[in-house]
Amino acid sequence: MPSPAYVAAAIGIAVAITFALRLIPFLAGPKLRDSQVMASVSRWMPLGIVVILAVYGLSTIDFSAPDHGVPALAGAAVTALVHLWRRNVLLSILSGTVVCLVLANLVF
Amino acid sequence: MPAPDTASLPAASSPADPPEPPPAPAGTPSEAAEPSVSEASAAPEAETAPRASDLKAAFKSAGVVWMGIFVLGLGFGVLVTAHGLPWWLAPIISGTVFAGSVEFILIGLIAASAPLASIALTTFLMNSRHLFYGLSYPLKRIRSRWGRLYASFSLCDEAFALHASREPETLTGGRMLWTHLGLHVGWAAGGALGGLTGATLLSEIEGMDFILTALFIVLALEAYLERPDLLTAGLAAASAAVALLLARGSMLLVAMLVFLTTLVARFLVTSRRSRRRA
Repeated sequence: MPSPAYVAAAIGIAVAITFALRLIPFLAGPKLRDSQVMASVSRWMPLGIVVILAVYGLSTIDFSAPDHGVPALAGAAVTALVHLWRRNVLLSILSGTVVCLVLANLVF
Repeated sequence: MPAPDTASLPAASSPADPPEPPPAPAGTPSEAAEPSVSEASAAPEAETAPRASDLKAAFKSAGVVWMGIFVLGLGFGVLVTAHGLPWWLAPIISGTVFAGSVEFILIGLIAASAPLASIALTTFLMNSRHLFYGLSYPLKRIRSRWGRLYASFSLCDEAFALHASREPETLTGGRMLWTHLGLHVGWAAGGALGGLTGATLLSEIEGMDFILTALFIVLALEAYLERPDLLTAGLAAASAAVALLLARGSMLLVAMLVFLTTLVARFLVTSRRSRRRA
């Protein structure tokens, strides 16, 4: 195992950088938000970022796995359809996940 | 690799803040042009009383995500011991760095005694996306300074996705803090249990990490239904596709950079057009 001092330094660096990246926009925020371009961009951003996160989630599906990613794809389809139907966040996530789990562990 | 971004400063959190009065309407001139927002998704959690109801509201909207992140934490804990590191590093790293995707990389780097400079660079590149999060996160809903500090410390992908696309008036500061704390504790507790047990029943069930993909799908749909802005959604999806083609390994950062560029371009085009009209 690497020396405790090295491990502590590595973790300390990761913590400091991560926290700084999260904090800086809030400190710089008031000035930035006064600019028109930042006002527009930050209005468009939340929708765009969750769309990117959703595409990222779908991109982690492993199509080369023995099940060709079918359980996760089916789960994603069920999640989206149930959500459009009932618009209940919890219900959509649970039904999609259950479909994915059942297919992955019991069928494939 | 899972996306959760998770971590800690437990003493600083005070999730019992009273709700704030609704903020003044946002003053940007373009705001008025937005389609009005439907109440449907906000209605069930409309807050009436503070404190206990904050925890309840947080649990209702985020409980399943807490569980998902706990299960992913188990996987992280297992990975730590698989690299020959002591189990307790899992909760320590998860509690302090609290940034899921980078933690998985960090463990490999630490186990290989990688130079500290490469640890710094990797952390910076993988987490730079957080620079964008602060721009539109409704941190103002949290009243206390320590609460705001803790919330910015623990602003992971999941917390951003759960809160940023909602109308800020539907959120109380206490509820936001409980949501952060639940994500944080779930991630660190999962790491501890996964590290201690090596492998658990839950982490052996295939497909548990799908829960986060489902979360992001639902939140993207929900954000779109609340504010049906096809151009924004299309630009984001196209940016994500470009990033997947160009840089699969750092897809999130590249996608957000490309997306930001398209938004600035969009701003320039629309403001030039409106100036010409004026």
